Amino acid sequence: MTIDPIEQFQIKNLMPMISVGGHEIAFTNSALFMLIIVAAVSTLLIVATAPRALVPGRLQSVAELSYEFVANTLRSSTGTEGMKFFPFVFTLFMFVLFANLIGLIPYSFTVTSQLIVTATLALLVFVIVVGYGFWRHGLHFLMLFVPKGVPVYILPAIVVIEVLSFISRPVSHSVRLFANMLAGHITLQVFAGFIIMLAGFGVLGWFGAALPFIMVVMLTALELLVAFLQAYVFAILTCIYLNDAIHPGH
Amino acid sequence: MSDGARENGDRDNLKTDEAALSARLQRLGERLARDHAGRPSDGPGEDRATTASGYARGFRLSSELVAGVVVGAGLGWLIDRWLGISPWGLIVFLLLGFAAGVLNVMRSAGVVTGGAPDDGNPPPYPPPGAGEGKSMNPPPRAGAGREGEK
Repeated sequence: MTIDPIEQFQIKNLMPMISVGGHEIAFTNSALFMLIIVAAVSTLLIVATAPRALVPGRLQSVAELSYEFVANTLRSSTGTEGMKFFPFVFTLFMFVLFANLIGLIPYSFTVTSQLIVTATLALLVFVIVVGYGFWRHGLHFLMLFVPKGVPVYILPAIVVIEVLSFISRPVSHSVRLFANMLAGHITLQVFAGFIIMLAGFGVLGWFGAALPFIMVVMLTALELLVAFLQAYVFAILTCIYLNDAIHPGH
Repeated sequence: MSDGARENGDRDNLKTDEAALSARLQRLGERLARDHAGRPSDGPGEDRATTASGYARGFRLSSELVAGVVVGAGLGWLIDRWLGISPWGLIVFLLLGFAAGVLNVMRSAGVVTGGAPDDGNPPPYPPPGAGEGKSMNPPPRAGAGREGEK
């Protein structure tokens, strides 16, 4: 028996297509899980902050910790001026974190293992950085591409390289999250497949199947770490990019 | 130290001068050490993030490099199509993209901090003159940084 490790990433249409202006809009399992994520984050934060206790309970301290965590990250990389972006960064962080964590539940769908989702998020950050940079600093924002102390005769090449480096940001920003999730889930699936294949060989196979089973348990723990880490990395990179929009000339 | 003519006569004076200087140097060293010790506490998570697993770090760096090369190649290809200068745009921009990828990797690894701080430990509050003050005189910069933190 074979198990297709890619099957878990298939997009399935859950509802009949609705045609809007010639475009077919499909409600897929990806969209369903995005709704679940948004609902879960909203419910957690609304329920947790409802008591407004001075001494926080368990749930409230979860909400407060996540607020403090993102606020500290943002403040340490962009300064107090960057705090106006807090709602944006917090939303991104919670969305990615919950997408990663919910994706770890068996039979669920990992939204962040789709490149189009992470690319959309990364492009959103990119557009906001460019838009805010030009709105706030005007053409001075372009000084971001002109590093100080570079001799004039190599400046054109350096500027082109800086621009390319800037454009490549959304690519690496999105691919990192996507590839981490994809690789992790494929690894889990492959090792889980080994268990079933070995268990098919009878009693001896059961003992053999214990090895990949231990591996799967350990990998799940690792994936839990990766889920948090990648959400954090996504958020801190957003902060660093926003910092460039706020303070372009170094 | 200040006047060489009286140097022979005032040995004690010179000694106190030297003592003061060494005391100042020591104080400077302490302050620098404190500032450097304080810096990781600004972004402890990132340090943990990079050292948590070599796998994650390697992944991060390789994605940076690949992103640079891919963007360079894509841009070169588009320029070729628009301007009809068939191989040249791709060749030039692939090389430039490779350079950009290497720059990305070096920034992300924290080897260079020029231009945009793309590494894990960005300055807490980038002061306007952070770039030029670095090599010349650290103490005022350190003082300014602490002021900003309060």
